[in-house]
Amino acid sequence: MIYKGNVIKYGDNVDTDVIIPARYLNTSDHKELASHCMEDLDKTFVTRVKSGDIITAGANFGCGSSREHAPIAIKASGVSMVIAKSFARIFYRNAINIGLAIVECPEAAEEISEGDVIEADMDSGIIRDLTTGREYKTQPFPEFIQKIIENGGLMQSVSKGVIK
Amino acid sequence: MGMTMTQKILAAHSGNVTVTAGQLIMADLDLVLGNDITTPVAIKEFAKLGEQAVFDKDKITLVMDHFVPNKDIKAAEQCKMCREFSAEHDISHFYDVGQMGIEHALIPEKGLVTAGNCVIGADSHTCTYGALGAFSTGVGSTDMAFGMATGKAWFRVPPAIKFILTGKPRRYVSGKDVILHIIGEIGVDGALYSSMEFTGDGLKHLSMADRLCISNMAIEAGAKNGIFEVDDITREYLATHGAAAPREFRADPDAEYERTVTIDLSQLEPTVSFPHLPENAKTFGEFGDIKIDQVVIGSCTNGRLEDLQTAAEILRGRKCAKNVRVIIIPATQRTYLEAMEQGLLKTFIEAGAVVSTPTCGPCLGGYMGILAEGERAIATTNRNFVGRMGHPKSEVYLASPAVAAASAVTGRITSPWELEKEAVL
Ligand code: SF4
Repeated sequence: MIYKGNVIKYGDNVDTDVIIPARYLNTSDHKELASHCMEDLDKTFVTRVKSGDIITAGANFGCGSSREHAPIAIKASGVSMVIAKSFARIFYRNAINIGLAIVECPEAAEEISEGDVIEADMDSGIIRDLTTGREYKTQPFPEFIQKIIENGGLMQSVSKGVIK
Repeated sequence: MGMTMTQKILAAHSGNVTVTAGQLIMADLDLVLGNDITTPVAIKEFAKLGEQAVFDKDKITLVMDHFVPNKDIKAAEQCKMCREFSAEHDISHFYDVGQMGIEHALIPEKGLVTAGNCVIGADSHTCTYGALGAFSTGVGSTDMAFGMATGKAWFRVPPAIKFILTGKPRRYVSGKDVILHIIGEIGVDGALYSSMEFTGDGLKHLSMADRLCISNMAIEAGAKNGIFEVDDITREYLATHGAAAPREFRADPDAEYERTVTIDLSQLEPTVSFPHLPENAKTFGEFGDIKIDQVVIGSCTNGRLEDLQTAAEILRGRKCAKNVRVIIIPATQRTYLEAMEQGLLKTFIEAGAVVSTPTCGPCLGGYMGILAEGERAIATTNRNFVGRMGHPKSEVYLASPAVAAASAVTGRITSPWELEKEAVL
């Protein structure tokens, strides 16, 4: 899988309350959630995010609640991948379970700038910053997790019989 | 090499003799939990499997607690969806208005988890049941759906940090102060992906309410779970709450820990976490006067009977400060009833507080006490992120019931020790 897009960059400890505030949790409609994504952190996000964009962030991205609405809002807003120094663990597994590609790469998360165009090849685990020409190596996903993401999420993998 | 307590439980639930940190496993679950926010998403995921039965109707618990009694039409629709799902699958433990309580207070009280269990819940504070000696962790709705269908969940076996607690805490120093102090020390990602394992001779001075509060906030240090060694306090709690016979796991003497942190409980003081992260822990003397507009005593962290007893002890015969709204929310119906029988509700109302039916309500900025721009609250809840209790420019300070009640009296963040001194003078 190759992901290519513009970078939108955030800092450390981006929590699920700013990714999707609880006042919108009375719905699970993907489009509606996407329309409030990042609202309390960055009001411009929803107007400038384009399909395929890649979020980069600092440490502990997605900390806080277990709301799957958070990765859903991010995915539904068109973001193809999140690269961070580290992720909060529930967010990490939720993203995988709903089929949002998510990668830990501290150097890439640190050095890549807002607005850069990057390409991440998840088969080889290489992230390329096409704007600066720099390259970063990350851990490829374990096979089990790769399967889930490639099949669009955990439940899709179960219904296709890929995972039992 | 030896295993930690958590690793032993995971090994026993995945058909392995041993497991090691980093290993991916499929584990059998003893309980799958969801609430009125996360269950609707799980139901939609569950539906992707077509005509699917639940793995065990007695091992699924659905609690309507976040936005009930329904705060608006959308919340009502979500609860309706859960109600219909429960009826369709004949779920034994479905708790609606009238029987419900905040899930993490309700489930231990109903004896639905016992020591040695492996539990997931689509709610991040599912780690609370570590207090009972269970492996218990928060997951998302898809994991919940998968768990309801298969009775299993995938895990990466966590490494662990060992916390040795020694000494006896001073008066008005509670589990909340212990965990706020720990998060202040190690940071909000200090235990990321790891287990927090609590042991030491100080455990005997920590009641089950204290332990539930400590395990509850393990997630606020990024941990996968926060588990207590099983002792007589655990055994007694489980027995008196009708839980199944405990299965006790103990860490091997040669278990490997990432680090060991020793905490002398007798040195701890009432602690307050400043906005906007739980790691901003401070003790009195480190800050000046902070005026507050609202006090919230409740939540899955501190809405238990013991918490209300502490608050009542401080509020008895006193009045809430002018211009401060004090909202007290017993966490479960049983707690509500016991608080009534013990006269605590009367104390609260006479002091000028409001007492609400059990609900998460203001804890997550849902309803029942939302903050306006620029307002400040002190709360016994567990998160003080930006906008957590309302307007993005409002502030939440986290503290124990004793600090919250003392602050209710003075209208500024106040140590219960200060009020005690005044009373003696
Ligand atoms: S009381 Fe607060 S933290 Fe606990 S389950 Fe409810 S919303 Fe979550």
